[in-house]
Amino acid sequence: MTTEAELGLRDRLAKLSGVKLLRGTKLSAELERLQRQLERLRADTSDEEIWKRVELARHQERPYTLDYVERILDDFFELHGDRSRLDDQALVAGLGRLDGRTVALIGHQKGRDIKERTKRNFGMAYPEGYRKAMRVMQMADRHGFPLLTLVDTPGAYPGVAAEQHGQGGAIARSQAVMVRLGVPTVSVVIGEGGSGGAVAVAVADRVLMQENAIYSVISPEGCAAILWRDASQAKKAAAAFKPDAAHCLELGVIDGIVPEPEGGAHTDHDDAAALLREVVVSHLDELVGIPSEDLRRARRAKFRAMGVFA
Amino acid sequence: MAHMAATDRIDVSIEHKRAAADDQGAKQHPNTCPGCGSHYRDDEIAQYLRVCPQCGHHFPVRGLERIAQLADEGSFVEDETGLRSADPLQFFDLRPYVERLAEAEVSTGLGDAMITGTATIESLGCRLAVMDFSFMGGSMGSVVGEKFTRACEASAADHVPLVSVSASGGARMQEGILALMQLPKTVCAVEELHDAGGVLISVIAHPTTGGLLASFVSLGDVLLAEPGALMSFAGPRVVAQTTREKLPDDFGLSESNLRFGHIDAIVPRPELRPTLACLLRLFGGVR
Repeated sequence: MTTEAELGLRDRLAKLSGVKLLRGTKLSAELERLQRQLERLRADTSDEEIWKRVELARHQERPYTLDYVERILDDFFELHGDRSRLDDQALVAGLGRLDGRTVALIGHQKGRDIKERTKRNFGMAYPEGYRKAMRVMQMADRHGFPLLTLVDTPGAYPGVAAEQHGQGGAIARSQAVMVRLGVPTVSVVIGEGGSGGAVAVAVADRVLMQENAIYSVISPEGCAAILWRDASQAKKAAAAFKPDAAHCLELGVIDGIVPEPEGGAHTDHDDAAALLREVVVSHLDELVGIPSEDLRRARRAKFRAMGVFA
Repeated sequence: MAHMAATDRIDVSIEHKRAAADDQGAKQHPNTCPGCGSHYRDDEIAQYLRVCPQCGHHFPVRGLERIAQLADEGSFVEDETGLRSADPLQFFDLRPYVERLAEAEVSTGLGDAMITGTATIESLGCRLAVMDFSFMGGSMGSVVGEKFTRACEASAADHVPLVSVSASGGARMQEGILALMQLPKTVCAVEELHDAGGVLISVIAHPTTGGLLASFVSLGDVLLAEPGALMSFAGPRVVAQTTREKLPDDFGLSESNLRFGHIDAIVPRPELRPTLACLLRLFGGVR
């Protein structure tokens, strides 16, 4: 290892240890295990590690939105349809109680078998999905319900009908709605945070990523196809644009990392849900009660500051 | 096609279509019209605002030339010229990002893919945020996001409308997740501008795809597009490869977007300046 690389690593360690990485995790019995996870995150994320996280983020046994919903929300009531055209099943929405509070939930939903995957369109929403999300956000805003979004999509669906129905505009307007909300908002990337389709529902007061989630501007395969002109170079592309949680935290894009069970969320859905619930509730506890105007101002200031230039 | 020179009144559209199809894939001279095969000298094509007088094809326009076409002569004052991209990821594909940036700056003479400043159009004050596709495909990274945001803030402070002209392939991959974050950043900027009572007029030039369409471009109070401009979230190649659907001939073009209700008007380039002036008068409440 060169001295320069060593310096870079030290710098990152210093930054990481300075962040409230596991804020809100109160499960004292888990402390030792969480400490080990912290150590893992602190280690320099190698190219191989990054690719391992891409694979875990896409693991077909990984818990999806509705797996979490049934474990963390009481009295969940699903809300269907965009009130205009149809009900996009790649994005689910509803109301439920979290730790005694009514919250609105919006999340991408993938399927586990062929039939379900087709029905959910592999978690790739049409504009109708984002329109459903927007109307539920606005409803939550009217009633003062905090909003929780779970992000897990390879991207917004790239199809002829999706374009004709205004995919780009829907994603832009969904972000604009989130920018205006006066209720607390928490977004968690629970698997794939794929580009515009992900950020459309992730302009939140607190944006979190699970330990093995990825968040990126383009899929590794897409990036490889464009820059390397070879989709099989996806591993190289992922190593270059670093979609893993530790790097997103370091770049100031997310506010925290949600720990997963040892080996990944797919190994124990109950445990993964308990860890997620704990962190989300603690963030909501901090946000509830803050005046709407202050929430909006802080949210906008956070995104205003994103970017690195000279 | 030299034998046709003497018979220019005969409808040769079929031959022209074939000629255009034959040329696909082959490198065409930038002054040769991909629509009808007509060829122009540099001074000719500039004088026609880079619109083919034969078939109406709109050639791409560089950022500064666009400003010269739209603004009153000598009225444009550029600002924020000092901003340059950093390389937070030390991104390296086949070549380092910093090398690509340096090369783009040398070849275009620009600091990044967006030019901002103040101007007047038919004596009406406005701010301009104009993209240049020649700088890394007009991609939006931290600098474009920051420049656009500052343009919104200045527009709100000065109470002058903001006119954006987009031409971009989308978010700049070399800046990774930070490029994606320019979507919510520019969305916040437009919303703040709107809260301050400000106006954004969004002009969409060919091509405007991906992250641009999924952020500030779509949030204008008025959306204008040039004829034949591709404006789609996903590009035609990606859609064709992913879905194996047969794409309609006008897939993602401004004409299709007008039909589906996503833009307010298609404005041919020679009418763009008077159209903007008209809108500036309407929004400015000029009697």
